[in-house]
Order: sequence, then structure tokens, then C-alpha cells
Amino acid sequence: MIKREHTGNVIVAVLLGVCALLPYFVLSAAWTGFAINILIFSLLALAWNITGGFGGMMSFGHAVLFGSSAYATAMLQLHLGLNAWLAGAVALAVGALVGGFIGALSFRYGLRGSYFALVTLAFAEVFRVLASSFTVTGGGQGLSLPLGRELANLQFASRLDNYTFVLILVLIALAITIAVRRSRFGAYLIAIRENEEAAKALGINTFRVKVLAMTLSGAMAGTAGVAYLQTFLFVDSQIGFGTVMSFEALLGPIIGGAGTVLGPILGSLVLHTLGEVARESIGGAPGLNLVFYGVVLLIILRFLPDGLMGIFKPRSRAQAKPEGK
Amino acid sequence: MSQYEKGSAHLTKAGTSRRRLMQVGGSALALSALGAPGLLRAQPKPIRIGAISPLTGALTYNGTQAQAGIRFAVDIINKAGGIKSMGGAPLEVIFADAESRPDVGAAQVDKLAEAGVACLIGAQSSAITLATTQAAARFGLPQVVDIGTAPQLLQRGLTNVFRFTPGVESSVGTGIGNLDSLNKAAGNPIKRVAIVHEDGPFGSGMAKMLNERLPGIGLEVVETISHPTPQRDFTNIVLRLRQAKPDLIMPSHYINEFILFARTIRQQRLQTKGIYSIFGGGASNIRFVREHNEAAQYIIDTNHWYDPRKELSKELAKRTADAKLDLTYDMMVSFGCMQIIAQALETAGSADREALTKTFTEHTFGDTIMPYGPTKFEKGNNAGAQLVNTQIRGENIELIYPKEFATAEPVFPMPARS
Amino acid sequence: MLGLIVPAVLNGLMSGAIYALVALGLTLIYGVLHIINFAHGSLLMLALYAVYFLHVLFGLDPYVALPFMVAGFFALGYALQRGVISTFSHGKDSNILLVTLALSIIIDNLALYFFTSNTRTVDLAYAFEMVEIGPAFIPLPRLIAFIAALIFAGLLWFVMTRTRTGKAIRAIAVEKRGAELMGINVKHAYAMCFGIGTACLAAAACLLLPTFYVTPQVGYAFVLVAFTTVVLGGMGSFVGALVGGLLLGVVEALCGLFLGETLGQIGIFAVFILTLLFRPAGLFSPRGAR
Repeated sequence: MIKREHTGNVIVAVLLGVCALLPYFVLSAAWTGFAINILIFSLLALAWNITGGFGGMMSFGHAVLFGSSAYATAMLQLHLGLNAWLAGAVALAVGALVGGFIGALSFRYGLRGSYFALVTLAFAEVFRVLASSFTVTGGGQGLSLPLGRELANLQFASRLDNYTFVLILVLIALAITIAVRRSRFGAYLIAIRENEEAAKALGINTFRVKVLAMTLSGAMAGTAGVAYLQTFLFVDSQIGFGTVMSFEALLGPIIGGAGTVLGPILGSLVLHTLGEVARESIGGAPGLNLVFYGVVLLIILRFLPDGLMGIFKPRSRAQAKPEGK
Repeated sequence: MSQYEKGSAHLTKAGTSRRRLMQVGGSALALSALGAPGLLRAQPKPIRIGAISPLTGALTYNGTQAQAGIRFAVDIINKAGGIKSMGGAPLEVIFADAESRPDVGAAQVDKLAEAGVACLIGAQSSAITLATTQAAARFGLPQVVDIGTAPQLLQRGLTNVFRFTPGVESSVGTGIGNLDSLNKAAGNPIKRVAIVHEDGPFGSGMAKMLNERLPGIGLEVVETISHPTPQRDFTNIVLRLRQAKPDLIMPSHYINEFILFARTIRQQRLQTKGIYSIFGGGASNIRFVREHNEAAQYIIDTNHWYDPRKELSKELAKRTADAKLDLTYDMMVSFGCMQIIAQALETAGSADREALTKTFTEHTFGDTIMPYGPTKFEKGNNAGAQLVNTQIRGENIELIYPKEFATAEPVFPMPARS
Repeated sequence: MLGLIVPAVLNGLMSGAIYALVALGLTLIYGVLHIINFAHGSLLMLALYAVYFLHVLFGLDPYVALPFMVAGFFALGYALQRGVISTFSHGKDSNILLVTLALSIIIDNLALYFFTSNTRTVDLAYAFEMVEIGPAFIPLPRLIAFIAALIFAGLLWFVMTRTRTGKAIRAIAVEKRGAELMGINVKHAYAMCFGIGTACLAAAACLLLPTFYVTPQVGYAFVLVAFTTVVLGGMGSFVGALVGGLLLGVVEALCGLFLGETLGQIGIFAVFILTLLFRPAGLFSPRGAR
């Protein structure tokens, strides 16, 4: 059983590795740009996976972490003239803080399951409204960074440089994910996901573990925010805190396989490629490609309820009868 | 008169089209037989233009309208013989959906660039356009911006951005200037103004500028109300307006909100001496006029609009009506942009991006369906562009200002409503 | 500003009635099936289009169309739950929400393709009839919607407490295994639930269209407020949805008055967060487990 999963991991890892190297040899600038997008969303997906996948704390408002960092780095550069790298580092801390704060508040009051999911959504909305209400956050116009295409400004002269930068971030995030998975912290998280009461009974400080997970997730989502800003040089309240980003955060992991290491990246890759294929083949009439996308999503959900990585799950568990609803 | 011209003269009185075709075909064959091979080479390669707009998502209405305008323009240009300086090469537009998202828009630019487009047109919203122009700059791809009012668009030092329509500075200037003229001509009935705007990029920018400049023409801003999009109910807003007792209301929002707002004003029986918008969402929308006729009467808008007297304007209006579409400004503007692109291609004589960019930068362009003087891009801004004032009268949208394009006299202030 | 408080509150109540109507269906679905139904907004949009086309093609007045709409959308909801949602999600919570999300993507874009993005409204003769209540002028359709919200909440409460189906649904919400063991057909009951919830949306659409509009994105304007209402009122409680909706309408109106409409939206989310933190069961303890 474990061997099957292990083989699965190796196969997917090789697949992803090959895809990751493509922009260096084969792909055009267009596809490199597309690849950069996938990587940014993968970062967000990996972040979500820490809390939602390992910890079972599904969040519908992960954009709040993404947007906070994007805005933080933009504001620090624009209003305080801070160096981009420094601003980015501070922004990560901001993301972590916001994550920790929301986590602490929610878990202090015992929110779980759909309640927790909804409260994260509510926070994302609050931040969105706040961001569009004040001039310092750009109000309705958002914030845009002046062009300065050098590495010193954390901006990129070429697409490939941009890609390499985000790729490194993803690799780091992956390493962190693996480290968490193998650590005691990760074991605690999973225990909490499986049965929080039992975990508490075993002496695990569930509150601390969960808040730490949110903090880590915040920092990781923050890297996605910084990466986004430095790539597109623009953020507004809709982009930063809107539901589109929150859904990106959870679609990848759930489709790819929540709680697995490679699932989030695989899921993001598959989903976005799917979207592209749909757009290319049915681009004609507005909306039809998205209908196609939705249908394929349904099909994946129907036949792969554990996500794509679920293909490698041992038979017996995959076929356990689920709660009928 | 050559033999062939005589032949053609006969054709004008020809009976059946088939006979006419055969005669024309015959002349053509004869020409080639005469050894004029240059004229009948294989059809010249089409010139590709990339069009990015939000075809889905929140801005889908504007995007699809613009798309229609582009299609009409391309059809007319191609039927008139294409780009003559390039051997009659026809235009071919590749449409890309920005899904109302800037990152998607930017990704589409990459694809269009690789598909070999000569230039871009787009992208209906400032946020998307900021992303696409930046992406386009990497490929040296010029982009003719149809609508994008944000000032940052032209402040980033990019040399590939050419905005056809006026930016927010000039637009507000026009709006205020024309308001001043209208007010003076009517004996200054307007003294107090209330502004209602959406809290996004265009609404907030507008409100800020109005607050700065209205006092300059002797008007007092008594209330500025912002609201999000979507806004579900305008009753409280209208109540606040009533308390502020404005003479004039200046709205800046999108069509859905405009509809609700206009209806609520009528419901709550809020009387003012006028409703004057700059980039009003519905005030220049014929569907709004048709479906909310009573609430729409006498509303004045400052917006993009074509010159209704021009031949091609009438052609556009006819085709739009035939296709059962609304004639909106998105269509008119994108049509005008295609005309500029065609002129640029004619002048440059090539589809090379660098040559085109040079042409856009240096050339003074001639007529389009828009009521502009000659189009000249200075640091990306079209110095000749201007907004006009329209007013809803009966079932129509009339152009009331500037005078030389006007189709009706303005009625200002608004007569009291029952 | 102070003189506007009373009219603002009254208008807030009218807006709140709409939120309540939209939330009635959601609270049932959420309270019993624990499904966070992302397709709720899309279904509302579909219902609005249905009312629109019934009016435009057959001349049917929205209020007259109500019973047909309710019946039709009940069937639609039943079929969706039984045929799509339960089968496609295998009962996994996270998958259910993705299934509803996928459904909303499909429905929204099909609507975009078939109906285009033009804003549609219906122009009814009585849409501009005003009723004077104290210092406020209330449009007649809004007042009708308010009364309807009260009636429907009452009706649903009756169905839930007095009919066999209602009791079965409540039983399942409390103790699913036990209900199954008692011979209740859970699948059927779940589908009935979803059907009733969707039927509520149909009713809400009939009452909303006279004073609003429909576009393919119109659902989004109401979804978050609907969720807030459900949480505030208590999941599974119709009285809660009613009171919650009305309360939120008033909160929104007052916040809008004092903070501006943009920042005022924070009022709703603040209520959302505070409720979740301090009283997650909502104002009215639901007829079921938390």
C-alpha cells in the first residue's frame, strides 16, 4: 500500500520536474508566462494545503493572506521607498501575522469546519472593503509599482528570470511542506485533522499547533502575494482579496489531493492547463470554455474523489463507502 | 476611356448579378492575359491584429460590445480593399478573452504576440490595460488603447502605449467646461452639486477631480456619495441627496447601478434641475433609454460618442441595428481604433511592429468616426480626442455639445417632472 | 443626518426582507445538509431569468408566476441534489462545496452564453407605486416582498414542524444514522430539502425582479449577505433567517448612512465575524446540531 503511494509520488514528481524544466528548453514566452502563473497559484495552493490539507481546516478566504502581503510589499515600496527585497521579506511577516491573528481569533472561540471556512471568507471581505476605502491602499484604483526592470528592484528583465525566481520559491515551499509532513508538528496537525478531541486527549496543544499552522500558511501565501506583485506590478482589492484568489487557493489542492505533498502543485497545473485547453479549443463564444472547465471539474470530482493523487491510494481505502449525502 | 472602363460602364446597368460577375470576371481574365500578372498574384497575406477584451467576467458587456465594433470595422475596411499600400492585404483580428482579470489579459498578450500580430487593441478597463501594455512592451508590440482612463497608463515610461480616447484629466475638463457653458447659457440656475460615484478606479478618480474643479466654475459640491459595485439599493443614497438639496446630480457608475439609481430617483420623487454625468454608465445606452424611458428623460452624459454625421457612423448604426445589438460607445470607440490601426498600416506600408510603433508615435492621423480633430499621440495621449455631451430625448440619444456635431439643442435645466 | 435614520431603517427592513427570502432556502440547505452551497447565487440568477422570460415571452406577471416558479424550481433542486451533487461528491464535505462551485461556474457561463451580458429589467405598471409609511416612501413591490418574507418564513416553519416531511428532515439534521434506522429515506429527504431550498429562491426571484435587474452575475450581489444572514439567524432556523435578514438590512442601512456605502459594507461582515466568534449557533438556536 505504502509502496503504491510512494511510486505515485515518484511518478508525479518526475512529471512535475519535467514540466518545470520545459520553459528553459522548449517553451515560448507565452507559455513561460503561463507557467509563471501556475507557479504563483501553486505557491498559494501549497500554503492552503498546510492548514486545509494537513490540518483539515478548510479556508475559503485564503486570499486574505495573499492580498495582505501583496499590499504590504506594494505599500512599503511606494510609500516608504523600501527596497523591494526588504519589502518582500516584511510582507511575508505580515502574511504570517495576519494568518496567526485570524487563526488565534477563530480557534480561541472554537471555530471549526464550515464555521471556520466562513469566517475566513468574512475576513477576506473585510480586508477587501478596507483596501478599497482608503487612499493609502490605493482606494478603488489599487496600487501599481513603477517599472524598474532590474533584480535589485525584484523585477525581471526577462520572463525566464521571473520564472526562475518563482520556481525557487515553489521549491522552497515544497521543501517546507515535506519538512512539515515528516515532522512531529505535521503529525500533530494530521492527528488534529483526523480527530481533534482525541488529539487533545493525547496531550497535544491543539490551539498552538493550529495557530502555528495558520502562521506558516500565512507566510507561504505571502510569498505568492509578493511573487504576484513583482510579476504584474499591480494589485487592487478585487485581485488581492477577492473570491477568485480564494478559490484558486483551494481548487488546486482539492483537485490534486489535499493533504498530499505534490497534490497542490499537480492540481494547479492540471486545472490551469485544462482552462487553457478549453480556452484554445472553444474560445469562440464567450463563456463556453468555462462551461467546459466546470464540466471537467465535475467529472474529476465524480471519479477521483480523493483528488488526482488519489489514483495512487491503496484500493481498499479508496473504495470505502462514504457517507451518503 | 479604355475598353475596360467602357465595359464597366455597361456593368452598372447590367441585369442579373451573374451576368455582371461574368463580365467582371471576363475583364479580369483579360487583364491578366494582357500580362498584368502583378495585379492577380495570390491573395496577400492577412495582417493580424490582436484584440484583448473582457469577454467574460464582470465587464463582459463592455467587452462583447467592443468586439462587435471591431468586427464591423474590419469587415468594412476589408470590403473597401484592405490595406492598399500592402497590396490590398486584409485585416484579420484574433480575439482574446481577458476574463475581466489582468493576469489573464497579460497571458493573452504573450499568445497574441507569438501568433504574430502586428499590434494590439484593448482592453476596456484600466486594470487590464495596465497589465496588457506592460506585457506588450516586452515584445515591442504597440497597443492602441480603446478605453483606459487611469493616468498611470501613460506615466510608466512605456513607448508602446497609444490611447485613442481622452484620459480622465481631459474628460473631466471637458465635462466641467461644457457644464459651465450650459449653465451660463441658461442663466446659472445650477449652484449646488451632488456627486454619486462607484468606489472603483474610475469613479473615485472622477469624484476627486470634480471636487477639486467644480468650485472653479462657481459650483458648490454639497454631497459626495461613494458606493461599491454592485450596490443593491439606492434608497438611502437618494434620501441623503434629498437632504442635501442639490440642483444638479453628477453620477459616475456602471450601467446596473445607473438603472437602479435612475429608478430610485423617480420613485422617491427627487426633483433636481438636472442629472449630468461624466462617463455615466447608462446615460449613453440606448437600451436604458428604451426600457426606462420615463426615468431617463433629459439626462445629460459626457461620454465617448461618434460623430453621427459621418458616413461610416451611419453605416455602423445601420449594421448594429441589423444585428439587433445596442449601439454603445464601446462599439464606436473600438471602431475608431481600428480605423486608426488601418491608417497606421497604410502609412507604414508594413506590419512590422517597430515600423508601426514609429508611425503611431509620429504620424498625424486623419478622420475616424469619432468627433475628434486629427489624431496625434503625444506621449501616448491623443491630443485631438474629446468627449461630447449627449442628452436623452424621447426615444433617442441626441448629441448636444459641441455645437458643430450637435443633432439637437440642449434642454437645460430639466423641466419639472410630474 | 439624524432625520434620515427612520427612513433608512424602514428601507433597511425592506432590503432585509429580500436578504431573508434569499437566505430562507440557504438556511435549510446549510442547516440540514451542511452544504455550503456555492451555487446558491447562480440558482437565484437562473430563477430571475426564468421570471424575466416568463414575463417577456408569455406576459406573465412575476407575482402570478410565483406558484409555477416554485414548483418548477423545486423539481430542479430535487434533481440537482439527487442526480448531481450527491453522486458527484461521494458525500465528502470538501468535494460537495467544489461540486456546487463547479455547478455555479457551469450555470453562470451557460447563462452568459445564452442570455448575453445585457442587463434586463421588467417594467411593471405598479413598480413605481409608492406607499407612504411615516416619513418614508416605500415602493409597492418592496412592501409586497416584505410581507411575502413574513408569510414564507411562517409557511416554512409550518412545513418543518407540522408535516411529516418536515419532521423527517429535522430528524436527519439531528441524528442521521438514527433517522435512517427509523426507516426514513435519507436520500429522498435530502433531495426534498434541496428542492425546497431552491423553491424558496424561485419565490425570492419573483419578488425581487420588479425592483431589480438580472444579468449573469446578479447572484453574486446577494450570496455573501445570504450566508451572513444564515449564520446570524442560526443554521436551519427560518425565523432566524427572517430576523437575521431584517437585522442585516437595518445594519447595512445605518452603516451606509454613517460610514458611507463603501465602508458601510463592513457592517455586514463585522456582524458575520462577531456572530461566528461569540454566538456561532446564531440568534435562534437551530433545530438541529451545531
